Amino acid sequence: MGCPERTDDFEARRAHLRDLSDEALRARFWTLVDRIVAPLVEEARTHTTPAIERSVLLRMGLSSAEAGALVTKLAERGLLGHGAGRLLLELARRRERSVREVAVALLEGRHWEELPG
Amino acid sequence: MKKLSPNEKLDVREVLRDLDRYRPRRRGWTWRRRIPGQRVGPFVLDDTSAPLENSVPLPAAHAFGDIDPQCDFVVTTEIASGRFEDDLRRMRMAAWHGADHIMVIRTAGQSHFDGLIEGTPEGVSGIPITRKQVRATRKALDAIEDEVGRPINFHSYVSGLAGPEMAVLFAEEGVNGAHQDPQYNVLYRNINMHRSFVDAAEAKRIMADADMLQIDGAHNANATAKQAWKVVPELFVQHAVNSAFSVAVGMPREQVALSTVPPTAPPAPKLRLDLPYAVALRELFAGYRFRAQQNTRYVESDTTEATVTHVLDTLISRLTSADIQSTITPDEGRNVPWHYNNIAGVNTARQTLMGLDGLMDLVELRREGALPERVRELTERAVLFLEEIAETGGYFDAAHAGHFVDSGYYPERRGDGIARDPEGGIGSGSVWRREPDYGAPVCSHFGQNVYAGGDRKACDAYGGCTLCDPSGIRFVDEVDAEDNVSRRLEEAEARRERGRIRPEVEKSGDGVVCVTLMVPEEPLLAEAAALAMVEQMGLRDPEVISRRLLHPAEGSVFEVKGVLPHAVERDALARPTRETPLSDEEIEAWVRSRELHVVAATVGEDEHSVGVREILDIKHGGIERYGFRCHYLGTSVPLSRVLDAARETGAVAVLVSTVITHKDVHRHNMERLAEMAVERGARDRLLLIAGGTQVTDDMAKGCGLDAGFGRGTTGRDVGSFIVRALRSSAED
Repeated sequence: MGCPERTDDFEARRAHLRDLSDEALRARFWTLVDRIVAPLVEEARTHTTPAIERSVLLRMGLSSAEAGALVTKLAERGLLGHGAGRLLLELARRRERSVREVAVALLEGRHWEELPG
Repeated sequence: MKKLSPNEKLDVREVLRDLDRYRPRRRGWTWRRRIPGQRVGPFVLDDTSAPLENSVPLPAAHAFGDIDPQCDFVVTTEIASGRFEDDLRRMRMAAWHGADHIMVIRTAGQSHFDGLIEGTPEGVSGIPITRKQVRATRKALDAIEDEVGRPINFHSYVSGLAGPEMAVLFAEEGVNGAHQDPQYNVLYRNINMHRSFVDAAEAKRIMADADMLQIDGAHNANATAKQAWKVVPELFVQHAVNSAFSVAVGMPREQVALSTVPPTAPPAPKLRLDLPYAVALRELFAGYRFRAQQNTRYVESDTTEATVTHVLDTLISRLTSADIQSTITPDEGRNVPWHYNNIAGVNTARQTLMGLDGLMDLVELRREGALPERVRELTERAVLFLEEIAETGGYFDAAHAGHFVDSGYYPERRGDGIARDPEGGIGSGSVWRREPDYGAPVCSHFGQNVYAGGDRKACDAYGGCTLCDPSGIRFVDEVDAEDNVSRRLEEAEARRERGRIRPEVEKSGDGVVCVTLMVPEEPLLAEAAALAMVEQMGLRDPEVISRRLLHPAEGSVFEVKGVLPHAVERDALARPTRETPLSDEEIEAWVRSRELHVVAATVGEDEHSVGVREILDIKHGGIERYGFRCHYLGTSVPLSRVLDAARETGAVAVLVSTVITHKDVHRHNMERLAEMAVERGARDRLLLIAGGTQVTDDMAKGCGLDAGFGRGTTGRDVGSFIVRALRSSAED
């Protein structure tokens, strides 16, 4: 379902725009756009998704299959909000192993008790 | 990979060899550079860029010294057969015709795949974008761009459920541009809107750092809306939401390209509707890039109609501005584009833009009257659209309420917009709030991150992410033992091995051909007849792909595709041999010392003189320049007069031009000339040569002459033939 039907009431609606200069009209356009976009940017800044976390693990040297499997497991345990990459890196530091090694270990079901949660 | 040779086919096996070790040699987008006042052959051009080293010029170029000027816009072609190995050959052909932006369409359904696909499975109406296919394609394009002598931009899609991963893949593999627009996910793929925007921020950040060009998705509203020209106020809004969001997450404006399509097609008053929109967009979005796309909404099965619409679209690009001129294949309305229609689409843009060179030195857009009034009105309508989004509570609430892709001319509403639930759609519930300790120890990450902000790179702790050190990239080869490129290549290789040749429009050796038939009956009967006729020709699976009424009773014209069930044997074919002409110096050295006379005329009832004069005249590079004494008798000359003149001047050769072919009159003229020369006892001392657009060497010889020359012949060809013939008879 879309919006209720409405006839073209442009002439009435535009009354407050009529006297704006072209420049002022364009400025108003961009001010409104920025206002609409700001909350979308803020949500992106403070949230993450499985796709973002997989993309982080790819950048850390995991294959697409490994990244996919690991992010699924982390999500199941409610851990994605810490960041898959951070969990992996901190585990690697604690165990003095490479990122890859601890990723493989997690995929084999080991070390999960050392993650937060 | 070894250098491509214009006479050898692209070796896909070589492209695939050692792919695990291949690295792209550059990153980021490449624009063409305009060279004002460039001299190209006989012309000085204003809107051109550097020429190519290898190309196929436009057909009329032979009349202008085979020049192939290249416009200053990047030119796009979209390629998608389902098999990337076949697409590579099409890319090479397109590059030779001037395309330097190759957009690879994804297989149906990939945007709903939550992750990356690997290997080289076959796709439907596009290819599954995988690391192997992307890497192989970039590698092939590297070789192709060396062959044509211009960088080629490779482009695909960073949308759907796997946007951030796709962006990483593209950044790692040297992909130069991509579509990225979360609104596309929301409106057309019903992917959850929170997920789409959160993913988009990360993807855009990665693309920005990789210097990739981003193209938005607003053009889809044109293609979706019932009346495409009414959706124009909304297009400004869609462009603006994606552009402002991109800049806010760190993408420079000059990497953000607006995908804009002139929304209408004739018989709509196209320029009156589309030009003010194009002008308003460029005024409102100054500083951004413009990717001008051609219209698809009103392209149906008639390729000529599509081409005319696309010429007008391209005119609008030149009248306003464009950084990229994208092209739509003229057959897009009826099938997955065929090889040669990609070339046709590219040539429509190339031919139009060369024809319009320097246009804006000749005309200007009016600054008062209907044009600026319409620009103002469109901008006001867009501002009103934004005001209502803000009043409704923001973007998500507006998308929920169905503000977008309504067929009313805003502020008119028809109530048929696309409404999406912010908490629904594919991937809903998959957005996580970042905890205070959230971290992502990688580069090109957007947003809150405990590893960001220090002096060191976020990835220093473990030796660097793949964007800094590509040696960490995990290359996956194949995952399916049957559905992969090696298996598919075996069939094509076996066919070549056996020396068999099949026609092709899309996939290697598909055998598809297209027949055009005019059937002089009423439309329904005519169509049935057309199909039956094509079946009688032996084509399998005939299908009408275009029908056009000429007159309700007098007839219709059809294009019918079918599959040719046979192949031809390479070895059984007689290949016409083409002799390399002697050099100018060698011809002249032989002719100057001998005072040789030649008689020429257009014979029969035929007034064509251009062709023969080009063969003769010194100013057209004709044979006079070698020192031949040419006697041109004019047009519509009787054959007897030609032979009389040959006798009077002591000519060594007679050149007759015969262009008209009605009732085979050209053959008849040639046969008569040979007979009359024999009757007069002059045959042995005269070279008899015919020329004309439909004349071939075999045909002329079959009529008893010494040689025939067709379209594309130069004075050098004819001079070389005469010298060789006289030299060999002198030796005898």
